[in-house]
Amino acid sequence: MHSKINIILAGVGGQGILTIAAILDTAALDNNLYLKQSEVHGMSQRGGAVQSHVRISDQPIFSDLIPQGKADIIISVEPMELLRYLPYLKKDGYLITDSNPFENISNYPELDAVYNEIKSHKNHILIDAMKIAKDLGNSKATNIVLLGAASSLIPLSDESFQKAIATLFERKGERIVAKNLEAYLKGKEIVAEIVS
Amino acid sequence: MKKLLLGNEALAQGAIDAGLSGVYAYPGTPSTEITEYIQKSKIAQELNIHSSWSVNEKTAMEAALGMSYAGKKSMVVMKHVGLNVAADVFMNTSVSGINGGLVVVVADDPSMHSSQNEQDSRYYGKFAMIPMLEPSNQQECYDITKYAFELSEELGLPVLIRLVTRLSHSRAGVVTGERIAQNTVHLPKISTQFQLIPLHARVLYQHLVNIQPDMLAISENSEFNQFEQGTNKTIGIIASGIAYNYLMENFENGECPYPVLKISQYPLPKESIKILFDTCEKILVLEDGYPFIEEAISDFLGENRKVIGRLSGDVPRIGELNPDNIANALGFDVVVNGKLPKVVMGRPPQLCVGCGHNDLFNAINALKKETENQQVFGDIGCSALGVLSPYESINTLIEMGSSITMAKGASDAGIHPAIAVIGDSTFTHSGMTGLLDAIIEKTPITVIISDNSAIAMTGAQDSAASGRLISICKGLGIEDDHLKIITPLHKNLQENIDIIREEINYKGVSVVISQRPCVQLPKEKKDKLKEYANVSIN
Repeated sequence: MHSKINIILAGVGGQGILTIAAILDTAALDNNLYLKQSEVHGMSQRGGAVQSHVRISDQPIFSDLIPQGKADIIISVEPMELLRYLPYLKKDGYLITDSNPFENISNYPELDAVYNEIKSHKNHILIDAMKIAKDLGNSKATNIVLLGAASSLIPLSDESFQKAIATLFERKGERIVAKNLEAYLKGKEIVAEIVS
Repeated sequence: MKKLLLGNEALAQGAIDAGLSGVYAYPGTPSTEITEYIQKSKIAQELNIHSSWSVNEKTAMEAALGMSYAGKKSMVVMKHVGLNVAADVFMNTSVSGINGGLVVVVADDPSMHSSQNEQDSRYYGKFAMIPMLEPSNQQECYDITKYAFELSEELGLPVLIRLVTRLSHSRAGVVTGERIAQNTVHLPKISTQFQLIPLHARVLYQHLVNIQPDMLAISENSEFNQFEQGTNKTIGIIASGIAYNYLMENFENGECPYPVLKISQYPLPKESIKILFDTCEKILVLEDGYPFIEEAISDFLGENRKVIGRLSGDVPRIGELNPDNIANALGFDVVVNGKLPKVVMGRPPQLCVGCGHNDLFNAINALKKETENQQVFGDIGCSALGVLSPYESINTLIEMGSSITMAKGASDAGIHPAIAVIGDSTFTHSGMTGLLDAIIEKTPITVIISDNSAIAMTGAQDSAASGRLISICKGLGIEDDHLKIITPLHKNLQENIDIIREEINYKGVSVVISQRPCVQLPKEKKDKLKEYANVSIN
């Protein structure tokens, strides 16, 4: 276990970043680690930019917000939203994002410009998580694919991630639990391929 | 085992465990989840703790006071601007005092994430001369709330708990304790306590003044105010509430070399502040919200800059605190590697796909093209998004209920058409009385109630207006011929424009109810609303 990991989750209101946060929270608590996780409620949830700061540590954590330049990983469900939090990224920190734009604004930038910006960072994982999720027959699991993609960078055991996913989706039945575990493993597998 | 709770949820659990008998509230970001937690709590249901939404913050606090009068412990919860609405009962409750413990929870919104201003509720606490508590983390949210009920009953006063958005909406593990039993009904011992005629009020107010030193003594010795000795006396730091965490984030393992006074209980602990003053060269005040402490302990003319903070410019005057602006105040460099790329565009909030407000704004904008002078007075809630592109339909947005009364005043000044657009829940919150003003004077305004049958912006909570709008409007005196219902759908656009135009041309008060359920409502609720929709005007 590192002494501390700081993760920023990014997306647009309604894209399900709080589900990723909830899985991280559950896994961290299960490992008896300290956790702080801030989230956005209210006006921005209506189609605006939203983010969540997740901090996990074996030592007590003070701030609910990650200081600038101190995020180890930014996980985003939308490519432009990923870039919004770059000032928070640590030197050589990781960027992980879905490649599909959410274009609910009239001045959405050229997608290539967004991709080029992402690719200019050494440690980036740009994947079509939405397609992966759809191919698995669960288009709602884009966020879980991304979590799987990020999982090897997060100092929590694979077992604790899977347990947290099972706990969180338990109410929705065994089939949904299985589908989400599948999405998680697929995300993990694809990144293993990219990195190797 | 720790429970993973939002600051709001930890506070709510603390209230349940303190022996709460009722929570009263109107939803408002960032306070909403406190009441929702109690509504969903199985224990709260078993204990029969009242938790239904109130019509507004004033009715909520009055009901909480009634429960306190009857001897039980009650809590009232609101966002910062809600306290403006409840200010009348709030200020007078400090004079009457309480019977059962009464805790007032106010969640401030520094940086205005979901608000019109960033007013600091600590001024209200001082104004009312009551004790205040300001938790710095989720565990303190729980502990302080339990303590607040004790303190309230010990002093016989309401106690204010002040939260800020980042604490309300951040999770951490919280250790909970034993649950204290609810009070039984017992009426006040002194019969004049709740009779604020001047004769009694003077006596009660004198008592409030007399017990101020007791409040201060409690605060001086509070476990929530901590003085941490430091070795480096060049700066002494006062950090209130959540500011303490941002400060400690800047030091490895929270080992700050400077003396630090953490404040989570008010009135301000004078003795500790005096020690800091006497031993340190400068005093840096870190507080989220207004420069409340800084102003209180700084010199009026600003000639002796011993105290620094938001007023001196060492900390930004507006906006919330964070680890970075505090690092700057401490003289540390904030190392930022990545800049915000130019390709990143702003993404403001917007109406949901399929929202009925959208079709209403399209109709209003069509009418705008017909007349040069149309002014549209807007109101708080999702319909406020009509201010933004692509609609830009609304000219004003001030506070709950102001659409109708501002339209009236503008009409009195000669503006025509003067249109008010107000959501259904905002209408019952504080639009009804203003409508009565207009009806009494037969003011030529057109009031459009954009009825989505939900308190939508805060998460589609039940609206007090559901199924009652027609009877409320008729009861206030709206004539049947000028009470219209439209369905805001694209296919009805022309018909809706014609109906609104006709009512604009009427030289009196018209109400148009633009009715379509919020898309965020679950199906069961939408089905229930269909029953209401079948009620006709006549």
